Amino acid sequence: MKVLLILPELFLLFGVLLLLNLSVAGVGGAKARMAALLIAIGTVVLTVFCLNQEGTIFFGAYKVDFFSQIIKLILSLALVAVLVIGWELKDIRHQIRPEYYMFMLCSVSGLMMMISSAELLTMFIALELSSYCLYLMVPMRDDRQGLRVQMEAAIKYVIFGVVASGIMLFGMSYLFAMTGSTHFAVMIPALTGMLDNPVVLVGIVMFMCGFFYKLAIFPFHFWVPDVYQGASNETTTFIATLPKIAAAAMLIKISTFAASGPGVVSDTLVTLLIILAVVSMFYGNLSALVQTDLKRMLGFSGIAHAGFILMGVLTLDVFGYAAALYYATGYVVISLACFLVICNVSRTGENVRIEDMSGLYQRAPVAALILAVGLFALAGIPPFVGFMGKFFLLTAALNQGHLALVILAALNAAIAIYYYLSVVRVAYTAEPGSRSVVSLNAATTTLGIVLVLMIIALGVFPGPALDVATVAVRTLL
Amino acid sequence: MDFLLINQGFPILSTLIFLPLAGALILLIMPGDHACRIWTLFITVLTALISLPLFFMFDRSTHLYQFAEHHSWISAWNINYTLGIDGISLLLVLMTTLIMPLCVLGSWRYIEKRVKEFMICLLLMETAMLGVFMALDFVLFFIFWEAMLIPMYLLIAVWGGPRKTYASIKFFIYTLTGSVMLLVAIIALFLTSEPQTFSIPQLMAGHYSTTFQIWVFLAFFLAFAIKVPMFPFHTWLPAAHVEAPTAGSVILASVLLKMGTYGFLRFCLPITPEATFIFMPYILWLSIIGILYGGFTALAQQDMKKLIAYSSVGHMGFVTLGIFVLNTQGIEGAILQMINHGIVTGALFFCVGMLYERTHSRELALNAGIGRLMPIYVVFLGVFSLASLAFPGTNSFVGEFMILVGAFSHSLLIGAVAIPGAILAAAYMFRMYQRVTWGGTNNPSHNGLADLNAREVLILAPLLLFVFWIGLAPAPFLAVMEVSVAHLLEQVGVAGQTEGMSLARLLLP
Repeated sequence: MKVLLILPELFLLFGVLLLLNLSVAGVGGAKARMAALLIAIGTVVLTVFCLNQEGTIFFGAYKVDFFSQIIKLILSLALVAVLVIGWELKDIRHQIRPEYYMFMLCSVSGLMMMISSAELLTMFIALELSSYCLYLMVPMRDDRQGLRVQMEAAIKYVIFGVVASGIMLFGMSYLFAMTGSTHFAVMIPALTGMLDNPVVLVGIVMFMCGFFYKLAIFPFHFWVPDVYQGASNETTTFIATLPKIAAAAMLIKISTFAASGPGVVSDTLVTLLIILAVVSMFYGNLSALVQTDLKRMLGFSGIAHAGFILMGVLTLDVFGYAAALYYATGYVVISLACFLVICNVSRTGENVRIEDMSGLYQRAPVAALILAVGLFALAGIPPFVGFMGKFFLLTAALNQGHLALVILAALNAAIAIYYYLSVVRVAYTAEPGSRSVVSLNAATTTLGIVLVLMIIALGVFPGPALDVATVAVRTLL
Repeated sequence: MDFLLINQGFPILSTLIFLPLAGALILLIMPGDHACRIWTLFITVLTALISLPLFFMFDRSTHLYQFAEHHSWISAWNINYTLGIDGISLLLVLMTTLIMPLCVLGSWRYIEKRVKEFMICLLLMETAMLGVFMALDFVLFFIFWEAMLIPMYLLIAVWGGPRKTYASIKFFIYTLTGSVMLLVAIIALFLTSEPQTFSIPQLMAGHYSTTFQIWVFLAFFLAFAIKVPMFPFHTWLPAAHVEAPTAGSVILASVLLKMGTYGFLRFCLPITPEATFIFMPYILWLSIIGILYGGFTALAQQDMKKLIAYSSVGHMGFVTLGIFVLNTQGIEGAILQMINHGIVTGALFFCVGMLYERTHSRELALNAGIGRLMPIYVVFLGVFSLASLAFPGTNSFVGEFMILVGAFSHSLLIGAVAIPGAILAAAYMFRMYQRVTWGGTNNPSHNGLADLNAREVLILAPLLLFVFWIGLAPAPFLAVMEVSVAHLLEQVGVAGQTEGMSLARLLLP
């Protein structure tokens, strides 16, 4: 049954069409939300059902393997979480909510197809499908108070995105020129013999740029702070989580192009990635130190974490890839936990400053706990997943002899403590003043507790998750 | 796994670690402040009772790790769940379990808001602290080592004094920054060892190049020296001590500081012996500076908690001095002094806390002359002050004496310059005791000051018992560590240097 290979994506596309019809029919936000949630849950079920599928369709342009299926499962689970977190969708007008959900699902289906694509143009189209939906979701934020910041954010997002896509296409053209094919299956063996050719290096690096942009690696990070701040809280939740794991997976996939054999290209590529990783970490962490807007701070911290993920990618071996995948997954779970609190503390969808967390412990103990666990996990304190991820990444990188990188990364872990801790401090020790009580609904509370338990479980028993990640990346090599 | 004596029966060490954790989880759903207090007391007392048989069942004739447990944890990276204790960690484990019920009792009235959360933090601390002393796998050790920061941070930040924010952040960042390089060193050791392992005893058996040892030693040293704290890294300690609630101060002084010196004994000496020799002179002089600096600074303090905090810097200087003279008397004295310092300084912090609950001040001037009003209190305070300055007959005397014997047999100069530290200790402790007890009787705000109640006597009495027990009959406590210390020195390669059973043996029957 070849249809099983693409069943989750088909179902999601069906959901997109359904939401399109709902929006044309003019139903309210509540119905569209329910439809979106049901579709998301259905996608999770189908992804689990299709987890062990393997094969290629569409004349080799679309390849389904365990690696792609596990990423799809993470994506669909995260989609459910994003929908629950954005339950009230405070800052999106009622009339356009069906469209909002439609674009969200469409973006996820783009990401899913991108993961499975085994051909350059398929990958490019899938990437653009997911990107263009996001470009549209950012300016959907309500401008009732003359708030124009979302427009600025959207413009920046589009312009940087288009430039990154252009560079990526340029890189793809080089790779095509060298190998004469757009199919990965043909390209990788062909490239193996050319790994001492600088054109291949330029091609691979420019190819990667499109995903540097998605993952927010320096120098493609400029959109991050403004988009995080300008987009509504719920949109930022989406942007900060799903595309990140997909981009990390794609970077792993692309880096296998250079991992197939020794050569000048691999060495230079690794050196270049080391520089990008270190600069991303320092840039992100040092900038985050002085932020007052919580989302903006998490944006900068996301740049630093992208640097950490890159650290696993640049090892070009199974351990490093598995560690990067594990870390990216952990990062998604942690980010969801943090944004869950942000979305709920914000009463009408306005941005949350760090000082707005004052006395959160007294206003909403559960939310404060979720936030504290999330931030400590981001900071890399055991027993949470952030620590184990950093530990595996450092070990994998040191295993390849990148001592300087490991020391600089460890220093960054120490720098980052300060800004995470100052948010926890505000939440736990500052007086609430006149700020009102925050109430979480039952679904959100449950989701928050599940996320906290996942953060702890992934950190205390990383074995199974790491084994799955290892099996998944082995299918790439 | 020939370095482990696997515990076949009841997994006593795991129980000790996870019983407080389970207690904390049950606390989450426990209603009512008073129930929380009683439950926490019950859990900590139970943990203490379970830990007692360790002392009696401990085999004093072997240096192997006893009561050991070994399970595979993350098989892909050869990370195991390995627990075990030897003569170096046994007393520290026992001290931790015995001091925790006292901390709960000491917070009985002091903590009035958010009691449940406070007790959860205490129990999480106990889990992490016991884990640090028992872990024989580096990753497991590091997880407990770092996980401890969160409850301790919350103890200071939520229930602390007026400058709690500053103190808690300083504590957290200082200790965490110290240990990031520890993590790098652990990973480097893992990758260098052959076969690759995180098992601490196996790493001890490995041989590493001198350059590698120096780097690893420096990374270890930074983490442990901050925790001890040794002289240039001590500035977080007075801030944290002053702002922490009583129980927090006690845990900090009694257990947390010991982790630094325990780290030196467990990791620096056996894993990087050559680097230890290279750095020994510098560390000895840093210890001397710490002893004298702590003493002089304590002499000038007006705040009682600050005074005791700086005295800790001095006392811990003695401990590091004892460790790095690298002979039997020095190290045995250092281990004993770690226990002594935990008992005595913990007791002194309890005393200050009890006074603070009554007068709401820790200033010496405002607490002057309460001897007439609180006779039982000043008796306790007097004995603990004497013990703190190593008066003969008290526990600290034995420890400090052994350390000094070790220092003198190492080098006359080192011993001689450490002696003024002991005199300084007498000066600052007597100054405090004199002010508090006889400093004047005309303070009107002291009207109606009540003496210690039964609960408070119950807190101090066990500590008093140990002051005299170790002071008068240290033999049983020294006996448990002898073989382990001898083995440790063998690992460092200087066992032969301990010629002439020294004066310290004269103390033993």
